[in-house]
Amino acid sequence: MQTLEQLIAGAPVFAGLAPAQLQLIAGCAVNARFDAGELLFREGGPAERFFLVRAGAVALEVEAPGRGALVIETLGEGEVVGWSWLFEPYRWQFDARATMPTAVVAFDGACLRGKCDADHELGYQLMRRFAASMIERLQATRLQLLDVYGHARVG
Amino acid sequence: MAMHASVEAGTDTPGPMVPAPFTLVAKRQDTSDTWTLQLRADTGSPLAFAPGQFTMLSAFGTGEVPISISGDAGADGPLVHTVRAVGLATEAICRADVGEVLSVRGPFGRAWPVAEIDGADVLVIAGGIGLAPLRPAILALLARRERYGRLLLLYGGRSPDQLLYTGELEAWANRGLEVALTVDSAGPEWLGHVGVVPRLIARAHFDAAGAVALVCGPEVMMRFTVAALARSGVGEERIYASMERNMQCGIGHCGHCQLGPTLVCRDGPVYRWSELAPWLAIREL
Repeated sequence: MQTLEQLIAGAPVFAGLAPAQLQLIAGCAVNARFDAGELLFREGGPAERFFLVRAGAVALEVEAPGRGALVIETLGEGEVVGWSWLFEPYRWQFDARATMPTAVVAFDGACLRGKCDADHELGYQLMRRFAASMIERLQATRLQLLDVYGHARVG
Repeated sequence: MAMHASVEAGTDTPGPMVPAPFTLVAKRQDTSDTWTLQLRADTGSPLAFAPGQFTMLSAFGTGEVPISISGDAGADGPLVHTVRAVGLATEAICRADVGEVLSVRGPFGRAWPVAEIDGADVLVIAGGIGLAPLRPAILALLARRERYGRLLLLYGGRSPDQLLYTGELEAWANRGLEVALTVDSAGPEWLGHVGVVPRLIARAHFDAAGAVALVCGPEVMMRFTVAALARSGVGEERIYASMERNMQCGIGHCGHCQLGPTLVCRDGPVYRWSELAPWLAIREL
């Protein structure tokens, strides 16, 4: 059975962090499980935590009047769910729903922000990694927006 | 060029520029604008082809279009094309009824290197109707399943109802193909992945050191896919892509499908990405 530190160390977003830094991060983390269909968080709610998916899948959804819930993106093993805990006003922008039984590591956002404020090297290393992950997701979203499979009149 | 299989164009026909009549014997609607057609040669034997090749297909009087063959190269059945109605010629082809005669020239072009990648993990990566040119490659890989490592299909579409060959995916999975699907948008009833195809690559489990990728889809999607493959350790010399340009003659004479120093109808449509990359960087091409 893996410890929280080992679980965290194995995630791409935390790759390369020093053992002491992993230990600090693990101090803000607990294991959690969600059933299929269960919400991890709801749009507008306080963004107090974020999640590292260990197994399963999480759909980010937005409720559109008259259209129901629209799935924006699905996140899986090794991926981070939730950035809103990083910046004020610390409110979720989307719903996050487990689409199957899902195991996660849940991080206390305020706890980790406090450790980053106290240890700027930890904060810098974490922000570098989160920024890289966010850029990858932003680029994927831009490709998604292009609607590359849409109609183009040809032959 | 030695990495590619080839089949001589039009060996059963008077010549590669002479259309052969093929009767539409079956037709299935796959999505709102896409149909799969089965065609039987009115004269001669069934068309021999290699996975990845295309024909010039036409409903008489509406012009020819290059359409990849999507049938099983290892079977003597009818010629199979999956066609998306996106213009006058393809709309006329898709409107044809069973019993009507269409014209076919070909097959043309270089094929997927399925016989030359024994031992490798193979990623088949498709976007939208790009799965159609890859279907013969999938069938060929599965026919020789024991010769490869992991076989993965990473396939993305606009929405769940726009995915092709959904009725076959389970059978392919049962034969040893690991299938991962994704769509650009979906409602909550879709329990699969939502996001773009390149995002599936980082999640896939394969041996990057020797892996080979076969890629087909919109060119923008292929560029992002190649970048994601590179991040996973798959080099451009092990990535093959099927390109689309304005193919007309099919035999490298007319020059309409020029891409850098190559002609897509003759030197493609399947290329190594390392051959293509210098020319794709030139926007005017």
